This record gives sequence, C-alpha cells and structure tokens, in this order.
Amino acid sequence: MKTMMAAAAVLFLVTAVAGAQTPAPAQQTAPAGNADSGAKVWKSVGCWQCHGYEAQGGAAGPRLAARNLPWTGFSAYVRRPANQMPLYTEKALPTADLAHIYAYVQSRPAPPQNIPLLLK
Amino acid sequence: MSRKRSVDRRDFLKGAAVTGAAALVPDAVAAAAPQAPPAEAAGQAARPAAAGAVREADPLVEVSETTDRPGGDFMVDVLKSLNIEYVASNPGSSFRGIHESIINYGGNAMPEFLTCCHEESSVAMAHAYFKAEGKPMAVLCHGTVGLQHAAMAIYNAYCDRVPVYLLAGNSLDATMRRPGVEWAHSVQDAASMLRDFIKWDDNPISLPHFAESAVRAYKIAMTPPMMPVLIVLDGGLQEDPIPPDVASRLRVPKLTLAAPPQGDSGAVAEAARLLVDAQNPVVVADRLARTPAGITRLVELAEALQAPVVDQHGRMNFPSRHPLNQSENAGQLIANADVILGLELTDFWGTVHAFRDAQHRTSRSRIRPGTRLISINAVDLFVKSNFQDFQRYPEVDVAMAADAEATLPALTEAVKRLATDDRRRAFQERRARLEEAHGRARQAARNEAAHAWEASPISTGRLAAELWAQIRNDDWALVSESGNTSGWAFRLWDFDKHYQHLGDSGGAGVGYGAPAAVGGALANKKHGRLSVNIQGDGDFLYAPGVWWTAAHHRIPLLTVMHNNRAYHQEVMHIQRMANRHQRGITRANIGTTIEDPNVDFAKIAQGMGVHAEGPITNPRDLAPAFQRALAVVRKGEPALVDVVTQPR
Ligand code: HEC
Repeated sequence: MKTMMAAAAVLFLVTAVAGAQTPAPAQQTAPAGNADSGAKVWKSVGCWQCHGYEAQGGAAGPRLAARNLPWTGFSAYVRRPANQMPLYTEKALPTADLAHIYAYVQSRPAPPQNIPLLLK
Repeated sequence: MSRKRSVDRRDFLKGAAVTGAAALVPDAVAAAAPQAPPAEAAGQAARPAAAGAVREADPLVEVSETTDRPGGDFMVDVLKSLNIEYVASNPGSSFRGIHESIINYGGNAMPEFLTCCHEESSVAMAHAYFKAEGKPMAVLCHGTVGLQHAAMAIYNAYCDRVPVYLLAGNSLDATMRRPGVEWAHSVQDAASMLRDFIKWDDNPISLPHFAESAVRAYKIAMTPPMMPVLIVLDGGLQEDPIPPDVASRLRVPKLTLAAPPQGDSGAVAEAARLLVDAQNPVVVADRLARTPAGITRLVELAEALQAPVVDQHGRMNFPSRHPLNQSENAGQLIANADVILGLELTDFWGTVHAFRDAQHRTSRSRIRPGTRLISINAVDLFVKSNFQDFQRYPEVDVAMAADAEATLPALTEAVKRLATDDRRRAFQERRARLEEAHGRARQAARNEAAHAWEASPISTGRLAAELWAQIRNDDWALVSESGNTSGWAFRLWDFDKHYQHLGDSGGAGVGYGAPAAVGGALANKKHGRLSVNIQGDGDFLYAPGVWWTAAHHRIPLLTVMHNNRAYHQEVMHIQRMANRHQRGITRANIGTTIEDPNVDFAKIAQGMGVHAEGPITNPRDLAPAFQRALAVVRKGEPALVDVVTQPR
C-alpha cells in the first residue's frame, strides 16, 4: 500500500511538472481547426460521452454548444479540469486535434426558438 | 416436519374443529375464490363432502397417498390474512406444495401467482410495486438457486429500504430428499447468503411456527427502516397433511403494525428553533415520502417556513412545479445555507461535500463554516456492517433516529408555534425570491431542452418533451428510474402525486429498471393509471423475460427505450482511466458498448407478445409512434417504442 502511494505521489509530481511545462494556451485565437474533422475527433476521444454528440450537455457534463467559449479557457479546461471532468493531456490529445474539436463545438447552431412542446 | 405417509382422517377433522382463530382472521380468508373451501377458521380442514366420499371408498390410496389439507393450505391462509395481493415467482420444485395451494386452495387470488422468468425480476417487480402501492408483494423462489438469482435484486431493495416478502422453498430432511436435483436444491441455512442485506429471516419447523414467523416477518419488514425479510418453507411442511395435533393448534396470529418512530420531542423543538431562526434554511428530502401523506407533510413544513426544498428523488417527495421546489438550484442553495434539514438522506455527507474522482481523490466541504445540519433518518435505527451502503459518516448537529414522515407534523407544529410575526414577514420575502428562482429555473430547463432538438441520435430532452406531450392529460405515472436521462422528466413534467415517481434501485444494481417498471405498472393497473417507463438498453438486457410477464399478465405499460447502445456509465469510467493513463483514449468502447450487432429491442419485445416498434432515429417519428403504442397500452397491454438516443 505504501509503495503504491509513493508511486502515485511521484506520478502526481510528474504530471504536475509536465503540466507546468506545457506552454500556457495564452493565445486568444484558436489554432486553425476544421469543424468536420472536429466532429470525428469529438466522437473518437469521448467528449460526446458527457457533453452529448451535439455538445448540448446533460447530467454528465455541461452544454458547450452555442456558448462561444473562448479558446483560452476552453483548452485550458481540457488540459486541467478543476472538477469532475477527466483531464486530456497533450500526449493523449494533441492541441491540433483539440483545435478541430473547438471548431466543431463553435459550429454547433443556436437552438430553435419557441418550440411549442416546451411551453407546456 | 412430519413426513408421515398416512393420516387418520377422522382424527384430523376432529383436531381441526377445535381451532378457533376465526375472529382473528381478516376478511381475506373468507373472501377466498370459489375453488377455496369455506374457511370458518384458519387452518381448519373444511373440505367438500364429495371429495370426502371418494376418499372413504379407497382407503389405501386416499388415506396414505393423498391429502386434501396439506400444510401449504394453511400457509395460504396466513398469506391471505396479510392481504398479500401477488406472489411473483419463477416456478420451482422446492415450493411446489405452496404453489399448488396458492392456485387451487387459495383460488389464485390474494395472492395471485405471477409467472416470472427470473428471480431477479420477481424481486424487482415486488420492489417497485411496494413503492407504488404501499404494501409488500411476496416472492416465492428456491432457497438455493432461486435466492442466488434473486440476491442482487434483494440487495437493491435493502439499500432502497423497501420491504419484499421473500418465501423460499427448501428440503431440510435429508432422508426424504429425492436423489439428484433436490439435494443440489437443498441447503442447511438458506438465509445465510442474504443475511447481510435482509432485515430478518426464519426457518420455521412447524406450521404454528410458520404462522408466527410469517406475521412477525411482515411486521418487521413494514417497520421503518423497511427492508426485505425471508421465511424459508420446508418442503415437508408444505406438502404433508397437517397432523391432527398440529391442526388443533393452528391459528393466524393478529398483525398489528408498529407505529413508525417519531423524533424525540426535545430534538424536534431544537430543530424547529434552528429552522425558524435561519436566514437561509434548506430542506433536502431523499427517501422521505413512504406514503402519499409524505408529500402533503413536506409541503406543509416547506410552506410554514417558506423554505426551499431540494428533492433528491429517492421517492416522490415534493411537487415538481411547487414554487418552493428548488432542486435545480441545489448546489447554490446548499453552499449558502445556514441550516440544512436532511430527511431520510442516503448520503448526507455527499450532500454537503464535493468529491473529486481524479488520480488523487480529494474532497471539500460545500457548506459555509457553522452551517447547522439536522438529520431525521430511520436508518439510524438499524445499520448493518458488511455492505457499505451507509455512506460516509455525516457530522450533523441534531440527529433524530426516527421516521421523517412520522416526525414532520410535530416539526411543522413546532415551527408554527415559534414563528413570530417578524419571522413570518421574512418568510414571505423569502417565498417571493424563491418563486422567481423557480420560474427562472423552469425557463432555463426549457432553453436547455431546445439544444440538439433535431439531433439524431435523439436527445433525451426531446424524448422527455415528446413523451410528456402524449401523457400529460392522463392519470400518468413514470415507473422507471430516470437517473440516466439527465433528469429531463423532473425538469419538464408536472409531478405532484406519490405514484408518479418511484425512486430508483437503491443499490445501483443494474437490471432493476425493466422489472421495476413492470411491478410499478402492475400496482397502477387497478387504479387505471397510465404507466410509462424510460428504459435503459443495458438494463433491459439483464432479464428481458419480464416483458413476457407483462404481456402474459396484461400489464399496461408504455416502455420507451433510452437506447444509447452502451453501458454508458462504464464507457465514461473507462475513458477516465485511459485519459489518466494517457493512452488509448479512443478505445473506451471496448467492453462497454452494445453495438455490432445493434440489439433490435422491438423484435425482442414482439417475440414476447408485446406491441413494439423502432428503432426510431428521427425525432419527428416519435409522436406518432408514441400514439400508436399508447393506444395499445390504454387497451390494457404493454407496448414498447425503441428510440436511439444521445448518451445522457
Ligand atoms: C467523463 C465525462 C467528460 C468527458 C469525457 C469530457 N468532459 Fe468536459 N466536462 C465534464 C464535466 C462534468 C464538466 C463540468 C466541470 C467539471 O466537473 O469538471 C466539463 C467541463 C468542460 C469544459 C468547461 C466548460 C465550462 O463551462 O467552462 C470544457 C471546455 C469541456 N468540458 C470540454 C471537453 C472536451 C473538449 C472533451 C473531449 C476532449 C471533454 N470535455 C470530455 C465532463 C466530461
């Protein structure tokens, strides 16, 4: 048990350092991304599981669609989630792919207005 | 446990005639169906004359190889006295005696035999039936292979504090067992494998012993905290003639249910003082409403304080559109609270703490320092140690080991007595703020539901909205768990009756949803309610035979598949592991999804005699499909619509 804890502690340090060394995603404009490629990556790496195929959100993760989240906060959150979301490191999900994902999320349309079924 | 092969019929009758428990036997005995003999007294061997005459003609066969008053008949008298409406069972030889007594001596009414295809289905049906109807259903199964199948569902009922009346067959006398299977189906102590998650059990060795234990078990099961109980029925006791000396002693003991324990008056006064003085009190309810009165009482308390209520949905506790229903704002309310009243909470600690499931598991308090916590919880009266469903230890300020529903009237009275005019004015202001917040939350829910409205796979918000449109003018009941559809029904539908939501499995043992929906729908049937079920695909596949049971017993129920083609909770868990280990983040589907081939749920249901259609992938096809299916359900039969959905 103690060895396990020690190993875990080392791992934590490693990731912490790795995290610190990753250049902070400071740029306000996202690296070029393609919404169609993004749709594929969104599905393959699992964002859909918690945020829905359309990024509409639900009990397992908030809506990201039609929120116009800035790239800086978006990418920072994926790299270092503060709460329940699992982290995606650069090693597992390169920034180029995250940029495609971002383009896909940004391309999600605003919802239709005044849907009669939702007024009851 | 007599295994005597012959019985002196005249002595038997003589002995039986002296029993005199008639006054104690409820109407159920007298109201037995036509095949049943007139039952002047429980355990009395009153038999049709014709049968007796035939018997006299051939003493060898009649006297030594037949009996018209087996022990099982008396067991049925006892069950009738308990007003048990149904016995859910997958048939089995270790209880063939009582099975035959139920259908022939008992006239297959009170209890009526429900043919189930798996013991897990029997128990989960009984589990949800109780929550809709307020009385236990019996389950009959083998003491060995049956209880093993049933065990997971029993654990769910235990965690959910629901009484299930378990009867298990067994053959104790080793020298009387048929060689082969009956040995494999016999056990010294059938209850041993369940004892960690049932409340009480017994293994009666005589019919009078059975009678006392059967009534005692019922009473124990029904005393909060309610839980399953088990009576093991020896095969000989069921099948053998009632011995004359025993017949003379047979009576059905009187059942008087224990009044549920109410919180100590000093603690109630202290809780009322804290609540009245609080600036930001919050009432949180989980398994509060045992009966319809639970809702009324909670509304009374909430309105006396004009305090927000957070419904954790372990039961249908509070009307969803009551302005004080603030379940949508739970996080913020709890963070700002100065007093929190927890009513039958499964997890008070988890209510006031956040826990992070990361490589390094961490937790933090969600409440302000000094927030006072009040707990009323019957589970404090009875906790077992092995299975850990009791959750983390909550550090509360006032703890009442008591039934919350029974305690609420006294608490509300105390609150009203303490509330000065000043406090009442403050309460009214609070009410106004909460009404606004409730309205905003409702609007926000509608806005959220509009996202992905046209999506395929179909969004769970759209699914809930479309279903609501079809049932809202009926006397409807949602008989499913609804944890996996992002709570859309609670956010969009107008819940205000106790049977409109039945909570969830309790132990999160998957496979509960389908049989629970059938059991809930069975309870609703005689009240003419329209039962609907939003059904997970993974859950459906555990024991799909329950759809046959629904068709066979003509149980009206609309099932709408929430078919996300996965054990989706596990998809997310595997994703978390892969991300954490920085490898293979595209492979979380392996071992978790239910694709290739896709399951054709409509075909499965059709194969069991259920009207079914789908898979539906275009949201615009939902309304007409629901209408067709509901036409079948309104005629009294089950129907299923398979909908391919978003994950959550
Ligand atoms: C296992 C579930 C899960 C997965 C998979 C997941 N998320 Fe999340 N995500 C969440 C949750 C839950 C939150 C809310 C904050 C929290 O608890 O961490 C969140 C929050 C976010 C946020 C912050 C939103 C805000 O309101 O600021 C972003 C951005 C985000 N996720 C993007 C993604 C992307 C992109 C992916 C895929 C690469 C992804 N998520 C995969 C569960 C998940």
